[in-house]
Amino acid sequence: MPNTPEDLSYTKDHEWVRVKGDLATVGITDYAQKQLGDVVYVELPKVGDHFEATEPFGSVESVKAVSEVYMPITGNVVEVNEMLNDSPEQVNEDPHGDGWMVVVKMDNPAQIDGLLSAAEYEDYIKEEAAE
Amino acid sequence: MLKRTPLYEAHRLLGARMVDFAGWEMPVQYSGPLPEHLAVRRAAGLFDVSHMGEVEIQGPRAVDFLQFITTNDVSVLKDNQAQYSILTNESGGVIDDLLIYRINAEYFLLVVNAGTTDGDFAWIRKHAASFGVQAHDTSAAYALLALQGPASEGVLQDLTDHMLDKIPYYWSQQVEVDGVKCRVSRTGYTGEDGFEILCPADDARHLWNRLLVTGQEAGLLPCGLAARNTLRLEAGFRLWGHDMDETTTPLEAGLGWVVKLGKGDFIGRDFLARQKEKGLTRKLVGFEVDDRAPARDGYPVMVNGAVVGKVASGSPAPYLKKNIGFVYLPIEHAAVGSQFQIVVREREMPAHVVQTPFYKRG
Repeated sequence: MPNTPEDLSYTKDHEWVRVKGDLATVGITDYAQKQLGDVVYVELPKVGDHFEATEPFGSVESVKAVSEVYMPITGNVVEVNEMLNDSPEQVNEDPHGDGWMVVVKMDNPAQIDGLLSAAEYEDYIKEEAAE
Repeated sequence: MLKRTPLYEAHRLLGARMVDFAGWEMPVQYSGPLPEHLAVRRAAGLFDVSHMGEVEIQGPRAVDFLQFITTNDVSVLKDNQAQYSILTNESGGVIDDLLIYRINAEYFLLVVNAGTTDGDFAWIRKHAASFGVQAHDTSAAYALLALQGPASEGVLQDLTDHMLDKIPYYWSQQVEVDGVKCRVSRTGYTGEDGFEILCPADDARHLWNRLLVTGQEAGLLPCGLAARNTLRLEAGFRLWGHDMDETTTPLEAGLGWVVKLGKGDFIGRDFLARQKEKGLTRKLVGFEVDDRAPARDGYPVMVNGAVVGKVASGSPAPYLKKNIGFVYLPIEHAAVGSQFQIVVREREMPAHVVQTPFYKRG
């Protein structure tokens, strides 16, 4: 079973969000990294870029495929995880920790309420796996 | 309905991820492209390549016939020797690339690509009549396993009394492997030492399982099409449908070494001779991306601000840890070291032409 920490919020595109005040840290879930396989490259936006919720903000590449990563909430990128340039495998090894991708200053923190809880996300990936 | 090889059930039991490849339901990966690729470079990997086609050519004029439809010189082959060659059309285009195994002077086995098998066979049959040779598509009767990597010989030797070190590169022998009569050749598509094992379809499951178990200690892994692709790319092998097809000639594809213009007439010879005389206007070259982002098949390629084509094959190279690929470039920009750009998600990444193969075993 993939790991889905209780304290995070989730999207149906398999991103997670960790909220601290009006800042949101974003990455891809354990379930997503398992589906992708070994990550060899992560493309991230620049600090200062603004994204709407559901807009693609970067991509994650395995040997075989490219997958886009979508912004869970609207806001400005205030930090990107430069460590992933040299160590993209962090996305596989610690998807909810060192594998984080960006920190966003949220335009509207209330948007978080529209995301999935850990329990809801677990149900969602069970359904997806059953298809 | 997708076609399945005799090993379909075995792949499912191993938990392989299956994909549609040229009309076949094939394993793309088991443990993952990265560990599978590295297993072949460092130990061994086992591939099911039974989707590839087999065509048998028989008759007193078999050599004359193969000389006429392929570009390489079949007359130099001795019994049990194998040869890489090309089927070309009248305008020098590549219908397919193939391996030709000489069994004896009147009996040859051709191994062709899966997606082109039907077309190849129709083409072969069309020309076979005037040479009085028999052509049979025997693809369904055989399974083909590829055992590749430095540990291959040791693994296979455990299952046969035949001295495998007596089979040189690009030669084959009738070999009994664990009681199954096979044709074993020292050939492959990975850039490593290894064997391709042609066996009766009914015996494939037995051999597959025995090889997996026997190779376990050496680090052998079952490998899917994803690893097969990255391994062949690192080794600089062209892939039909990506790096060449009917619209490109073997000379343009960098396969001039298997085009023997002096051997006598063959289909496409006149065109190829003229092209060689006039000089090429474009050429398939290997490249390295000077950026962390991988270039993939179909990404646009630019020289001096103008789009000149697209990536033919492109991928991260798991062993070399570089982003590499093949591309057709105008001849004036095709020299080793030439700089160009590849467009990745609206960003222009620098790349440069390199010598191939990208990887050569030590």
